Amino acid sequence: MIQMKQVYKKYSNGVMAANGLNVTINPGEFVYVVGPSGAGKTTFIKMMYREEKPTKGSILVNNVDVGPLKRKRVPFLRRNIGVVFQDFKLLNRLTVFENVAFALEVIEEPPKIIKDRVMEVLDLVGLKHKARMMPDELSGGEQQRISIARSIANRPKIVIADEPTGNLDPETSWEIMNLFEEINSRGTTIVMATHNREIVNTIRHRVIAIENGLIVRDEQRGEYGYEG
Amino acid sequence: MVMKARTVSRHFRESFKSLVRNGWMTFASVSAVTVTLLLVGVFTALMLNMNKAATDIENDVEMNVYIEIEAEQETIQSLEDEISDLSGVESVVYSSKEEELTSLIDSFGEEMALFEQNNPLRDKFIVKATDPRQTERLATQIQTYENIAAVEYGKGKIDQLFETLEISRNVGAVLIFGLLFTAMFLISNTIKITIVARRKEIEIMKLVGASNWFVRIPFLLEGIWLGLIGAILPIAAVSVLYYNVYEFMQPRLENSFIQILEFTPFIYQINALILLMGILIGAWGSFMSVRKFLRV
Repeated sequence: MIQMKQVYKKYSNGVMAANGLNVTINPGEFVYVVGPSGAGKTTFIKMMYREEKPTKGSILVNNVDVGPLKRKRVPFLRRNIGVVFQDFKLLNRLTVFENVAFALEVIEEPPKIIKDRVMEVLDLVGLKHKARMMPDELSGGEQQRISIARSIANRPKIVIADEPTGNLDPETSWEIMNLFEEINSRGTTIVMATHNREIVNTIRHRVIAIENGLIVRDEQRGEYGYEG
Repeated sequence: MVMKARTVSRHFRESFKSLVRNGWMTFASVSAVTVTLLLVGVFTALMLNMNKAATDIENDVEMNVYIEIEAEQETIQSLEDEISDLSGVESVVYSSKEEELTSLIDSFGEEMALFEQNNPLRDKFIVKATDPRQTERLATQIQTYENIAAVEYGKGKIDQLFETLEISRNVGAVLIFGLLFTAMFLISNTIKITIVARRKEIEIMKLVGASNWFVRIPFLLEGIWLGLIGAILPIAAVSVLYYNVYEFMQPRLENSFIQILEFTPFIYQINALILLMGILIGAWGSFMSVRKFLRV
């Protein structure tokens, strides 16, 4: 599904965010990415959906090397990957329904299919009854659920989440995690960067620890933590 | 990329929505376009008319070649042939002193008729050069022929005129270019502000896999609408203005060799130009400002 070989990333300001990453993530896996701030977690994630381009090395996503991918092809890569962020990234001028439909509109799905699918994913995240509301009328947890609904709307094989519970209180975080579990159980690969020790240690999955742009630990059913 | 009709209509809808949503920015952009196009329109109309006048004047440069009184009819004939054969001569028209007197009487009245007893005028050729700038060279050459009494043309003045025309044409072109550039800059900036406000939207569109064109087209359309709306007032103003100027000038210039450009084809041409400029600066302005935000 995702395979990195000797991946290096050097930013124009000289920072080395990846120092030779080698990793294979299989279909259907649930992977936590942990590590201190500035260790290269976000770069690791961003390179998967080509928001950042590796300086060296190859990154295969669905058997396509995304490094040398032409700019024109990048949108097609992203249609296979759902992304969820700490700050939700919802459009406040659109309703809940429209926010989710947005992801399907840009890939030019027919309106009928969009309507059905949006209601389906809103149902999955348990917010079907709030479809007509505006995002700022919802709580943080609800907003994150909307953004998760949007990320899975076009049935991506991979969902990448960058600290999805970072802005949420513990109780809401668990709800969000249950949702990710649910999505994962349906066969979607999930890569999640997180700082939440409790979650990692309770809902056990593979843990990849990154420090100084290197994978320092890679454990199935691992615990939270990184050296140093 | 072939776009679905539904997508096209979505782009149109989005671009209109955005115009309304960004009310004040829309107003600012449209105003900028309006002012610029108004200036461009007026300047272009002035320029083109000046150009027309210049061409009229240039084409009107002709020299009078006066023939010695003693010259025989055959001499005159061979002189005419000789001058016609000179390179750079467009036309040679013979005008006898009797014809000259008739036209004099026509323009200055019957009191000139008393010269009919003893016509003081000379036979002459009216010579026109293919290129008006060649007038001086031809004049010098014809001067050397026998039986030529004098060659007259607005010596010196012509050179000066050409120089003045040249300068004013260049100045006009620079002004128009400068104005257009300013307008594009203004539009590009105003659209940039509306785009900064929608940065997040573009970012999300890119993240969920929208193609660059999908993101770009609504903005491009929005720019085009701004240009089109901005062109309405200038088109109306230039039309009314030129109509009045034309109505005023036309009768007064009737007998002059300088003519103002005809209202009907000219006004369509200049309005088409204004419209095109509006669309171009709108589209270009938005294209330039979206470009930066597409590198997500």
